[in-house]
Amino acid sequence: MRSFVFPNRILPYLLIAPSAVLVVVFFIVPAIQSLQLSFYRVNTSTGRQIYIEFENFTRLFNSKEYINSLTITGIFILVVVIFALAISLLLAVGASQPIRGFGIYRTLLIWPYALSPAIAGTIWALLADPSIGVLTYNLERLGIHFNRQTDSTHAIIFICIAAIWKILGYNVVFFLAGLRNIPQDVMEASALDGANAWTRFWRMTFPLLSPTTFFLLVMNTLYASFETFGLIDITTQGGPGRATNLLIYKLYNDGFKNTTLLGSAAAQSVLLLIFVAILTLIQFRTAGKRTFYR
Amino acid sequence: MSSSTTSTMAALPTQATRAAFRRRVVYPAFMHGLMILGVFVVLFPLLFAIILSTQSSADWFQIGNLIPGTSAAHNYATAWERASIGRLMLNTTIVAVLVAGGKIILSMSASFALIYFKVRGSTLIIGLIMLTHFLPLPVRIVPTYQLLADLRWIDTFQGLTVPFFASATGILLFLQFFRTLSPDLADAARVDGAGPIHFLFRILIPISRTNIGALFLIEFIYMWNQYLWPLLVANSVDTRQVQIGIKQLIATDAVIDWGVLMAGTVMVIIPPLVVLLVLQRSLMAGLSAGDEGIR
Repeated sequence: MRSFVFPNRILPYLLIAPSAVLVVVFFIVPAIQSLQLSFYRVNTSTGRQIYIEFENFTRLFNSKEYINSLTITGIFILVVVIFALAISLLLAVGASQPIRGFGIYRTLLIWPYALSPAIAGTIWALLADPSIGVLTYNLERLGIHFNRQTDSTHAIIFICIAAIWKILGYNVVFFLAGLRNIPQDVMEASALDGANAWTRFWRMTFPLLSPTTFFLLVMNTLYASFETFGLIDITTQGGPGRATNLLIYKLYNDGFKNTTLLGSAAAQSVLLLIFVAILTLIQFRTAGKRTFYR
Repeated sequence: MSSSTTSTMAALPTQATRAAFRRRVVYPAFMHGLMILGVFVVLFPLLFAIILSTQSSADWFQIGNLIPGTSAAHNYATAWERASIGRLMLNTTIVAVLVAGGKIILSMSASFALIYFKVRGSTLIIGLIMLTHFLPLPVRIVPTYQLLADLRWIDTFQGLTVPFFASATGILLFLQFFRTLSPDLADAARVDGAGPIHFLFRILIPISRTNIGALFLIEFIYMWNQYLWPLLVANSVDTRQVQIGIKQLIATDAVIDWGVLMAGTVMVIIPPLVVLLVLQRSLMAGLSAGDEGIR
């Protein structure tokens, strides 16, 4: 291993201290407080807290509303992750072909990375507007009556499309970087063996790319679970009815719009924490010390 | 590349030229066609938003009208005024630059300390920092908000920035990069009589340019696109962030003025897009270099 270069004894701690203090104050302490709060019933107007053991959790699992959010979120994550990964992989593999002039495609495909979920939602709200949307208009001509504001299924399809579109740029960035790291001679050797593009992709490219794919799988799951809040808030606000009331949106409403559900919101946070912890552990197990980017 | 093909195909010259033609002309042309289609599909919503931002309501009531209108000046001016876009852009730039810069400084210092000094409990410290990955904002949102209220940081720039300063992403990125560097680099510096600070500023920072650029890009865009936290803690126009401004453009009218809304949207997209275009090379290089470090 490396021998430590500089002999200073105090300097390194001074360099680490700001990060460590921030992690404790803004991450660890609030997380512990979330956990603690999840065992209480809180009345925000009187400030009274009553210890109720696991009641917040049992109530959640007995509530149709929570189960509804859980189901929708599950479907949403599954659809977004699968399509976002498949489409961006296809685009990245295409754009990384060693053909003259393909650099421009690599640049253009990254553009959606600059977009926020809220912006993606706004633009797709325009395209899918029930009265003046170009998408709804063309679907109508095909005989499909698409109305995201009244039809639950259409609303879910709508948020899925906007969410997938927004994350494409991010995924393409990482797939392109991953593809660039595949040694060119490996690909050439396999081409000389007579493997066609299709076999070459499944036998060589896809397996060699699997660390990137797996990393993106985890990151896209986190994105679909949390970052899509802005998309929901700016377009459907959980509706119609509760059709798009994703877990994160429900958490926001219970924690900040409703004064009696603070304990329940904390319990929802704790359940999300367990979900993230499982995901992150899988990530560490399989990918080692690979960096997490957002 | 053609040596093996020509030897086997020598007997059939026409077939060989046809194969070469297919490989050199037909295939690239076909692929260009596919990619143009793909890029068009991906960028069409953006293009449509830009066109619509120039149209009046009379223009966009004709559905599918892709001809740019003449209301651009009116739409952009209205959006700018109605959502105080100028002020919100300034607010968001302050937040995004502060957080990106702060994260770079803090994570670089911590990584520098962990790699080049003997630090007691360094594994524990790295573990502690990695813990932040388990703890995205939603899992600690209620207590964090209360902490901010107790600190009287609601509607302040401290409230929008300080909770984001700690960066597991940055620390991992720099740890990985520093591990790939030869130990001789620092040894040589020390033999030359250079102290740690001198080494950090004269050698480490300059050779980390690409990674710094990549991290700045990632964090700038991340902060520019923040929504939930600004919605909770930045309600006054003095601190309000651009994404919330877009929400206001939607909420102010009973009927959405799409031209104005898209004008606002386009303005909000421009800054992160410029940062992306400027630093794109750093991002790609930083990611590739980081990967080599792992393998």
